[in-house]
Amino acid sequence: MSVIQSTAYDAPGASGSPVALRERYDNFIGGEWIPPTTGEYRGNVTPSTGEVFCEVAHSGAQDIELALDAAHAAKEEWGQRSPAERAAVLNAVADAIDENAEMLAVAESYENGKPVRETLAADIPLAADHFRYFAGAVRADEGRISEIDDQTYAYHFQEPLGVVGQIIPFNFPLLMAAWKIAPALAAGNCTVLKPASPTPWSILKLAEVIGGIVPPGVLNIVNGSGAEIGKALASNKRIAKVSFTGETVTGRLIMSYAAQNLIPSTTELGGKSPNIFFEDVMAADDAFLDKAIEGLVLYAFNKGEVCTCPSRALIHESIYDEFMERCLERIAAIKQGDPLDRETMIGPQVSAAQLEKIESYVKIGRDEGAEVLIGGERPGLNERLAGGYYFEPTVLKGHNKMRVFQEEIFGPVLAVTTFKDEAEALEIANDTLYGLGAGVWTRDGSRAFRMGRAIKAGRVWTNCFHQYPAHAAFGGYKSSGVGRENHRMMLEHYSQTKCLLVSYDPNPMGFF
Amino acid sequence: MDPPAHAAQPTEAAVAATPAAIEMIHRLETAHGPLTFFQSGGCCDGTSPICLKAGELPAGPHDVRLGDIGGAPFYIDSDQYERWGTPRFLIDVLSGAAEGFSLEGLEGVHFVSRTP
Repeated sequence: MSVIQSTAYDAPGASGSPVALRERYDNFIGGEWIPPTTGEYRGNVTPSTGEVFCEVAHSGAQDIELALDAAHAAKEEWGQRSPAERAAVLNAVADAIDENAEMLAVAESYENGKPVRETLAADIPLAADHFRYFAGAVRADEGRISEIDDQTYAYHFQEPLGVVGQIIPFNFPLLMAAWKIAPALAAGNCTVLKPASPTPWSILKLAEVIGGIVPPGVLNIVNGSGAEIGKALASNKRIAKVSFTGETVTGRLIMSYAAQNLIPSTTELGGKSPNIFFEDVMAADDAFLDKAIEGLVLYAFNKGEVCTCPSRALIHESIYDEFMERCLERIAAIKQGDPLDRETMIGPQVSAAQLEKIESYVKIGRDEGAEVLIGGERPGLNERLAGGYYFEPTVLKGHNKMRVFQEEIFGPVLAVTTFKDEAEALEIANDTLYGLGAGVWTRDGSRAFRMGRAIKAGRVWTNCFHQYPAHAAFGGYKSSGVGRENHRMMLEHYSQTKCLLVSYDPNPMGFF
Repeated sequence: MDPPAHAAQPTEAAVAATPAAIEMIHRLETAHGPLTFFQSGGCCDGTSPICLKAGELPAGPHDVRLGDIGGAPFYIDSDQYERWGTPRFLIDVLSGAAEGFSLEGLEGVHFVSRTP
């Protein structure tokens, strides 16, 4: 008799789970767990079943002030630590993440709904790597010296901004936190972080792991509603920079708060990324074709809740039928279900609201004449998951003027169309308000380069997609936001330039 | 502010709200004072109508005022309006707190934009 091994992790709090669970979670301020001044908590839901599994602080503006007090108390000492000392802290954070990778992966999957095979293989290792990257980058960073003339020199130093406010999205609760925290801390800043309302808890599990490594007050986490504490943080006179990932109206709001306070901001506001497949991808039935098919199906990665989701596939008309057939086979093989099951390939959407929005977009697509090639419904899953927010991987065939080609759905919904030549592919690719990501698939290197340079987007993946290394700049053209994340250039974005202009000439200028 | 001449002009009654949404707007107005709506786009909770205190985000020269709901003006970016095919909007309210900065999140609900 064979023993059937379960491929699923037990839910957090269960005896076999790697994740310990308390009933209630406070804010992380000044290195301590501080109850919200409001005394209020909100139930936190797992999208896998729709059930509340813990309570998290529902803070007020006063809690943001407490976090800012702690951050300001810590900023001088942290900002004056040597790059080597700051790097040592970031490296220790990375090591702690690695040591707790399974626990963090399960926690994040349970809260967000992304399959645990993604968090184990991507989110958590990448989060650790971003801390390591910026630890290395800050040690290798150096200022510049300009020789004005042989007796006058401009010495340029990067100095910390002080205390920054960072608002992270729900789609990669830990990786997006790492993207924001690592460069800010490396550059010598302290931060007050507001997690997304649907995912307030997994970042607190991270704080449990790294809270004793980062000096008190350098990292502070406050949970609550955007309308209350998001605004209190972003509009606060005591932050020196604000960083935000989310939708366009709040992006404008963040930039207007920054303008009112005369501070810099970084906004990342989403996209409608084209993924372009030229006819030569089918020139051979080989590993590259297999990779290209996967490249199309990556729209279902993280259930499509990715700012750079390759949500518009543009396929050369001569290969459309055959290529799409291969892709639809691959999509039909996607296993949907419990995000804690290692075999699950797509889990639930993060919230009921997101699920409702995705359903309404599929209806809009149908109403405007798009053809549903696969999916389009909520799946029938077993009783335990019946209350979860699942949606089938879906493909809609239509044309680029349709609304489902123009607006970000933030779900596993691909809009597909054809093009006749390179010029038309480029025209369709750029016919969008957004410009965050794009993909180009071809065996012709010259064409890949031409297309990559001509597409109006901040990141053009060429013969790949959805790779997010720390050493590659990420950010939007057009309405996809202002500023960049990742890459060592972030050390400049999280610092200000001090110029010491020094004269070694003993003689006066002669004016007076 | 008036939209620029090139922007698509809304037809009459380009935006309306369900009775439940209007009731929520009145409740928010009592709590926070006059309100303004902006139709959002982009990632995360993009596509949501964002309800703000009037003046929190000044309407810009490229925002089109589609009409008023519950006494509050409703704006959309003119490019976004055109790319969405200049639809009519019906604003509704559903349970579950808004995920972003929209005020109704404080009441544990979220507005949605339907385009019937």
